[in-house]
Amino acid sequence: MVTNITNLGRSGLSDWLLQRVSAVILALYTLFIVGFLLLSPGLDYAAWSGLFSATWMRIFSLLAFISLAAHAWVGLWTVTTDYLKSTGVRVAVQLIIILAIFVFLVWGITVLWGA
Amino acid sequence: MSKLQVSLYRYNPETDSAPYMQEFQVDTQGRDLMVLDVLHLAKEQDNGLAYRRSCREGVCGSDGMNMNGKNGLACITPLSEVVKGNKLTLRPLPGLPVIRDLVVDMGLFYKQYERIQPYLQNDEPAPAIERLQSPEERDKLDGLYECILCACCSTSCPSFWWNPDKFVGPAGLLQSYRFLADSRDTATRDRLAELQDPFSVFRCRGIMNCVAVCPKGLNPTRAIGKIREMLLADAT
Repeated sequence: MVTNITNLGRSGLSDWLLQRVSAVILALYTLFIVGFLLLSPGLDYAAWSGLFSATWMRIFSLLAFISLAAHAWVGLWTVTTDYLKSTGVRVAVQLIIILAIFVFLVWGITVLWGA
Repeated sequence: MSKLQVSLYRYNPETDSAPYMQEFQVDTQGRDLMVLDVLHLAKEQDNGLAYRRSCREGVCGSDGMNMNGKNGLACITPLSEVVKGNKLTLRPLPGLPVIRDLVVDMGLFYKQYERIQPYLQNDEPAPAIERLQSPEERDKLDGLYECILCACCSTSCPSFWWNPDKFVGPAGLLQSYRFLADSRDTATRDRLAELQDPFSVFRCRGIMNCVAVCPKGLNPTRAIGKIREMLLADAT
């Protein structure tokens, strides 16, 4: 058993499951957005704004944002543990990544509900 | 007749400041020799050449090495399988410290093997004669017990190169599953508890280098998938 305190789920199993579930959610969200853009040729601000004012779309978007945050945390944490061998550098980069993910997530939520 | 061009990794830490490649011309007399035979012929030219070998028939797992870029056992790899353009390059197994020439320090590899407790554990009273298995239960061990610990798989795995102290590696995990799958072993939950961190099992990215190089044709990636399934079933 290897102890870890900066990975998302504190367990390889939960990180692994989160990574897969979030990947499926992100794939569905991407397909939906791409499909929506392809099926609305004369897309204007009103249609785009209307889409994001619907409660189901906000729930779907928030789910995608949280999935993206979790996915990025698990993935980038893994990259740092592979390639950054100096503990000081690794912990610093991990904390910067986690902080950036938090900021982007809150920013995304304010964009979603702010308008 | 043109001789086989053999390029050998040489390093003697007592005399060399850095490893280098030494060129040999080996006369195979047109025969499709095994790579190990070519090493013997090269050793006749330079007695200082060091490599491990023992059974010379793919059973002991001593002569795992990197042949023209791919890990394998020198004793059961014919030249026709690896030589391209009359050139053979031999290097030690990647990722492990080199002791001398083609001999590597297998310490970390064995340490990971020891970690998965590669022996049967059973807390029930021993029966008078033996612990029986049904043929179906025994079948689950096929493709697992045959491993000879040559380290070809683990040393071809980038996850093992980056974290050999934390990631168990394909060879260790294949043996781990051999005991997880054994109907006579009762330590399953304790074994799984030791494996649920982000490194021991989950550092595997499923690139299947291990499957591509295993000289015994075993499939560690499949065993790792089974361990994940068991962890998931136990924890959800």
